[in-house]
Amino acid sequence: MSTSSAGERPYKKMSMSPKEYQTFAKQREPSRSILKNCVKAFVVGGLICLLGEFIQQLYIHLAGMKPKSASNPTVATLIFISVVLTSLGVYDKIAQWAGAGTAVPVTGFANSMCSAALEHRAEGLVLGVGANMFKLAGSVIVYGTVAAFFVGIGHLIFGTGGNH
Amino acid sequence: MLKGKQTWWFENKPVIIGAATVVGPDEGEGPLASDFDLIHPELDMQQKSWEKAERLLLEQATDFAVHHAGLQKDDIQFYIGGDLMNQIISNSFAARSLGAPYIGMFGACSTSMETLALAAQLIDSGNAQHAMAGTVSHNCTAEKQFRYPTEYGSQKPPTAQYTVTGAGAAVLAATGDGPIVECATIGKVMDLGITDPFNMGAAMAPAAVDTLTAHFNDTGRSPSDYDLIVTGDLASVGHPIAKELLLRDGVPMNDTVFNDCGLMVFDISKQKVQAGGSGCGCSAVVTYGHLLKKLKHREMKRILVAATGALLSPLSFQQGESIPCIAHAVSIAAKGV
Repeated sequence: MSTSSAGERPYKKMSMSPKEYQTFAKQREPSRSILKNCVKAFVVGGLICLLGEFIQQLYIHLAGMKPKSASNPTVATLIFISVVLTSLGVYDKIAQWAGAGTAVPVTGFANSMCSAALEHRAEGLVLGVGANMFKLAGSVIVYGTVAAFFVGIGHLIFGTGGNH
Repeated sequence: MLKGKQTWWFENKPVIIGAATVVGPDEGEGPLASDFDLIHPELDMQQKSWEKAERLLLEQATDFAVHHAGLQKDDIQFYIGGDLMNQIISNSFAARSLGAPYIGMFGACSTSMETLALAAQLIDSGNAQHAMAGTVSHNCTAEKQFRYPTEYGSQKPPTAQYTVTGAGAAVLAATGDGPIVECATIGKVMDLGITDPFNMGAAMAPAAVDTLTAHFNDTGRSPSDYDLIVTGDLASVGHPIAKELLLRDGVPMNDTVFNDCGLMVFDISKQKVQAGGSGCGCSAVVTYGHLLKKLKHREMKRILVAATGALLSPLSFQQGESIPCIAHAVSIAAKGV
């Protein structure tokens, strides 16, 4: 490892180039198991969807709703659960373990809005909560809309999609 | 007196006559809990905002430090402080209630030793009889300003660090009883092109290496002259890198105990802090809480604290800039060494 003899004075100044150092530092980063992270995300994301399905079935069977009309209150219920867990300070702890599993479903979207609203409450309702609520969620909306636009164009060109 | 290229040698031996630390709940569950003067059980400390909680930490730490020094607030001729908040509001607002002439500094997490070095300089040059240095960080203000809302569910990589909630302050005097500030090496800004704000340890390691090497060359000292050398907050990724770099260049770091405040303040195997602690408060609470006590009780004779700072802003890393870093090293010795 060392080419110089220890203790030689004055000590040498570090002589790595930025490029050499970046490679050197990269090699010393703790490894992250992508597979393990994917499995966790798959399981947790799947469980959230399963919970959604369960809630939807409740609305269908207990409230007598049609499957289609039951989907809106189902999403609202999931959002409500996510907001409660965020406010209790639990959601971020689950997310550290679950990764994309809690970020991708609608609960993650609700968490991003709720956490920003909570965080910026100290700066007031307008400049704090109002202005910052979409700080993280805003880009999802922007790029979601842009993506939907291009998918719509694709459908128009190829004559696919559209149930209406 | 200037010694070598970048080291101040304090011939008049400024004394740390009082110091204090106030921390949050996670630090209170860490291995150094018994060394802190006050542990807050809640992160919000019953304040209306995280920023107010951070300010409270610093106000309490400076109050305790003045009290431990056996002085009144009016006796502090200069207060030198800094923190991580934009426009260093925690220190400026705390200085408002302190009422002492105030010098605000920013050196990110290196601020603890930057302010201590300057306070020692004021005493040594005869420009003050009593000066206080202080710094603070709060996990939630740092998350809010530099990362995401505290309750946002983002997954942190294992290289990320956990900002320490804590404040530390030290009162220095020309005469009195306490550990001596012997010398201080002021660091250069080092940037080796690391851009990942979730890997500050690797970004800051070269700055620590540069300052430590400069310190040994300026003073003619070797690592073996110190019972302990600590870096500020390189944590489990950056600290081994710094050690490897120093050994590669022939600096015999194995002749001393080489540790890191970010690894000392938390038990990283049990607490969920990823790579370890960071923030202005990290090196401040470890040095002023834990290490000064070791020097006072003569368990150690001489230590070197190289506080490391990442001089980035949320704007600079979003614009793809790399992370410039700095380290300042201060040598502190037990009285009569």
